[in-house]
Amino acid sequence: MEIEQTTRREFLRHTAAAGGSLIAGSVYTAQAGPKNSLSPDRMGVLVDTTVCVGCRTCEWACKNAHGIPTQPYHAYEDRTVLARTRRPTHSALTVVNEFPAGETNTHPIDVKTQCMHCDHPACVSACIVGAFTKQEDGSVLWDGDKCIGCRYCMVACPFQIPSFEYSKAIQPDIAKCDFCAGRTSQGMLPACVDICPVGAMTYGPRTDLIKVARARMDRYPNRYLHHLYGEYEAGGTGWLYMASRDFSSLGFPDVGTRPMPGTAESIQHGIFAYFMPPVMLYALLGALMWITKKRREIEEEAGE
Amino acid sequence: MNGFMKPTPLSKRFLTPGVVVLLLLAVNGLAFLIVRFLFGIGAVTNLSDEYPWGLWVSVDVAAGVALAAGGFTTAAFGHLMHREEFRVILRPALLTAMLGYTFVALGVFIDLGRWYYIWHPLIMWNGNSALFEVGMCVMIYATVLYIEFLPIFTERFIGRVRLKGVLARMNDPFDRLLRVLDSGLAKTMFIFVIAGVVLSTLHQSSLGTLMVIAGPKMHPLWQTPILPLLFLLSAVAVGFPMVIVESILAARSFGLKPEMEVLSRLGSYVAPLLGIYLAFKLGDMFIRETFVYLGGFTTASVMFGIEIIVGVAIPLRMLLSRTVLQSERWLFIAALLVVFGVLLNRINNFIVAYTPPHAIETYFPSIGEISVTVGFVAMIALLYRGCVRFFPVISLPDKHTARKGKYTIRAEEQS
Repeated sequence: MEIEQTTRREFLRHTAAAGGSLIAGSVYTAQAGPKNSLSPDRMGVLVDTTVCVGCRTCEWACKNAHGIPTQPYHAYEDRTVLARTRRPTHSALTVVNEFPAGETNTHPIDVKTQCMHCDHPACVSACIVGAFTKQEDGSVLWDGDKCIGCRYCMVACPFQIPSFEYSKAIQPDIAKCDFCAGRTSQGMLPACVDICPVGAMTYGPRTDLIKVARARMDRYPNRYLHHLYGEYEAGGTGWLYMASRDFSSLGFPDVGTRPMPGTAESIQHGIFAYFMPPVMLYALLGALMWITKKRREIEEEAGE
Repeated sequence: MNGFMKPTPLSKRFLTPGVVVLLLLAVNGLAFLIVRFLFGIGAVTNLSDEYPWGLWVSVDVAAGVALAAGGFTTAAFGHLMHREEFRVILRPALLTAMLGYTFVALGVFIDLGRWYYIWHPLIMWNGNSALFEVGMCVMIYATVLYIEFLPIFTERFIGRVRLKGVLARMNDPFDRLLRVLDSGLAKTMFIFVIAGVVLSTLHQSSLGTLMVIAGPKMHPLWQTPILPLLFLLSAVAVGFPMVIVESILAARSFGLKPEMEVLSRLGSYVAPLLGIYLAFKLGDMFIRETFVYLGGFTTASVMFGIEIIVGVAIPLRMLLSRTVLQSERWLFIAALLVVFGVLLNRINNFIVAYTPPHAIETYFPSIGEISVTVGFVAMIALLYRGCVRFFPVISLPDKHTARKGKYTIRAEEQS
């Protein structure tokens, strides 16, 4: 299942780490980066927003699965909360938002929002202590034992997903969808996928989901926009969305198709390639210092 | 020409009306900090899931690091290039950098949700993270600054260790330890000085890399792959202006005459440095064609305009003038504008340019955040005042001797 592809970037990263521990003279061989695997068999979820009816049962199931206090099930029948746009928070890892029917639609469109579980996650790249990891099953997980609460993941995330518990003085969490790692590891479906009464979500290998989506688009060309959001967005995401109209009108940010960490990581690795640039700068400055000192001494001798 | 200057502890009164104001501001900041540690970051700040970084990161940390760059630019010119004329400002610049970085670390500390895990990056590495590099470099550089300050400490205490009571017997061993430390440091200081410059170059630029990963969340006027270069160039350019500002302020506050000859010369180096920065900034704007965002009165275009015109172009023009360079008041104003420009640039990069896709309301710092930041600045000023009264930092005309030291101006081995 696990196929490690050694890219040039990873090679650089590992050599830089080796150089780092050499220079630090430490016996401890630190892993330079957190686990960031991109398994070809990684799982994903296909969300069909043309099927979703906005019943918010998934919100209830999610809270239950994660031990988050929730209102009773029947309270979710109240549709007035859909009047305003909500964002996932530490007390609701997924939320459903409703967008009014436009000229093309007869019904309002409901969109479930949660962590997209990117293929090249910005949070994994950004996190100062490597608290975020990308697992073989496609999930992006947060490790509360490492996190220092700097909130750089929130700055980095293009989908504005991680949420911080600002009200807690001790052990505030960074909260986001964990792809129900506790359930899927036991062969269960993610809670939201499992409970959805209309089958708006499909859980499966990401490559298969893309094929399924394509087939649906071809079969119902009038029902779907020919755009699978998440196939290429931000370098690809685990969660994929189908919709009947332009995604920008449904609250999806335009994040481009390049992996978010790309530029920042190239800069970092450029500066630290084999630790050569800093070492060379050190040598250069040392030489400069020595030369100017010699020149001063000569000047002083001449002056005396 | 300045050979007859010698760093001396200043014997001025500590408590003045100005100091009382600073003390009140510091206490006010501390009060809000107590609330922050008791009830969490949310109790004091306006930070949210939309705006996870605010005033503390942009000013206390990012601008703090840039404005403390005076320590490394003067070290580069004074120590590495052996420019004699910089000697009198080396120690004040070093002290400011040391205090500055101490408060940068404190700024990070109070902004961390789990502040008690601040040591985690030491053993949990992520080489891909720009923040990891910044954190490590700042940590090591702060240590280097303390080591660079040690000779001033030994100079103050060699021959003057006078502990009382039971501890009196420790006086001799302590004195010997200080002397060993002093001679050891004199021989090895160049290692730390070069390391300091290298570390500064690294983290000043990486602070710019921080926001690159925010990608489309950052306004195109500021989001560019050359952000690290722009951060480094602006930090280099603001180093001397900061030294000028603090030298004139300190001189005024202590009733001394500012070293105008040195400061004018320092000021004359600033225009070319600012010019390089401005060239890259404008060049980047034209290559990426972001000038299209300058049309119309938006927050971004106005802030960008103020940053470039008031913070860079005007002081650049001023510092090309001989009259400005030789007038204490105008040099001070020009230098202050450069400082303002870099401060605004950091605020712009970290707050104004940051436009999250699902922002409900915009961020403006709370009274608590402002109080803490102002309190920190007040504390730096108070500590600076305390330090120059206690340690030989500021150079005064020396009545007795003018001995040349190797890297620093050394006092006579004790009387």
